[in-house]
Amino acid sequence: MNILEFTTLIWLGSLVAGFLGSLTGLGGGVVIVPLLTLAFGVDIRYAIGASLVSVIATSSGAAAAYVREGFSNIRIGMFLEIATTLGALVGAALSSTLSTQILAVIFGAVLVYSAFLSGRRREEDHRIDKPDPWATLLKLDASYPTRDGKVQYHVRGIPGGFSLMFVAGTLSGLLGIGSGAVKVLAMDQAMRLPFKVSTTTSNFMIGVTAAAGAGVYLSRGYIDPGLAMPVVLGVLIGSLLGARILFGTKTRLLRIIFALVILALGIEMIYNGLAGKL
Amino acid sequence: MVRKSTDWTDGRLEKIVGRILQIGVIAAASVVLLGGILYLGRYGSVSPHYDVFHGEPANLRSVSGVMKSVLSFHARGLIQLGVLLLIATPIARVVFSIIAFALQRDRTYILVTLIVLGVLTYSLFGGGL
Repeated sequence: MNILEFTTLIWLGSLVAGFLGSLTGLGGGVVIVPLLTLAFGVDIRYAIGASLVSVIATSSGAAAAYVREGFSNIRIGMFLEIATTLGALVGAALSSTLSTQILAVIFGAVLVYSAFLSGRRREEDHRIDKPDPWATLLKLDASYPTRDGKVQYHVRGIPGGFSLMFVAGTLSGLLGIGSGAVKVLAMDQAMRLPFKVSTTTSNFMIGVTAAAGAGVYLSRGYIDPGLAMPVVLGVLIGSLLGARILFGTKTRLLRIIFALVILALGIEMIYNGLAGKL
Repeated sequence: MVRKSTDWTDGRLEKIVGRILQIGVIAAASVVLLGGILYLGRYGSVSPHYDVFHGEPANLRSVSGVMKSVLSFHARGLIQLGVLLLIATPIARVVFSIIAFALQRDRTYILVTLIVLGVLTYSLFGGGL
């Protein structure tokens, strides 16, 4: 296989990953590293570098559409980005000290967890009416547009959410993923944000978090242009196509299938990591 | 909530942020594509070696190195410039937010945003822990 064929295949794989990731809302970034390492035999460090760059592209591409609709909360995003960017620096630092086997096992565990999370039903309940002192101080309470006009919401659980965000940032920097699953968890469960707000704000933050990790990866020489090129262009185009048909399409079955794919990839990553094959 | 400046509402801020992100991504993707076409034209028939990790050469690891590489019209350097533009896009958003919060006279968020920008700058200029 020469570079032209290799690049074309990786571009196609990334295109499908980005498309399914954005269509199902599970994110295409998580399957890029398993795709590159398991199917193409790429060293996991190069794979993580390329994946992290593609994560910035999809986050910024999608956020451009989201922020204009007024769902994302810029203040919450900015405040939590302190936690995620610091986490990303720690994660990127850890990635150069951990062996590729350990990286593969952690990656697999995160994939299994993401698959499990996506199978759970998100229930919008326990909305709070009383303002939290932290939220008031940081001006985090806001409103978002619905069919019945603007709805006000309050935020709580700031210290818990902030800590979870540090973990999300660390995973992002360590594994080259957006870790949207952990971010949404922190904002849904700990801080009780409305879904639309947590999903879009989380997506919005992913780019900044990934940029913090990518800076470190670049200076370590983990980002190979020949590999990053097809991955970035594939994932970006795929996710933009996926976002176009997101509204109004029944994606439940597709979501289950994609979650099962992620689960299988997770198990394979753990197996290969333990067997020392990666 | 009372805003000191009604011209700089969060809604308007968000629209501009959306535009910055869009322009950044389009610019970065175009540079990556251009570099990619050159790269495939020059090296398309060579075999790839990604199974063993060597790390990238020094001129693809830093902002200044990439700039030099682009000036000598290296295809890989051009792709890496696109990657740098991509990394710069969220950073540009953060820089714009500082200006916007300053116009809103929101001291808390000027500070919050400066911290985020500090971490990003530290990372991009070869910081590590």
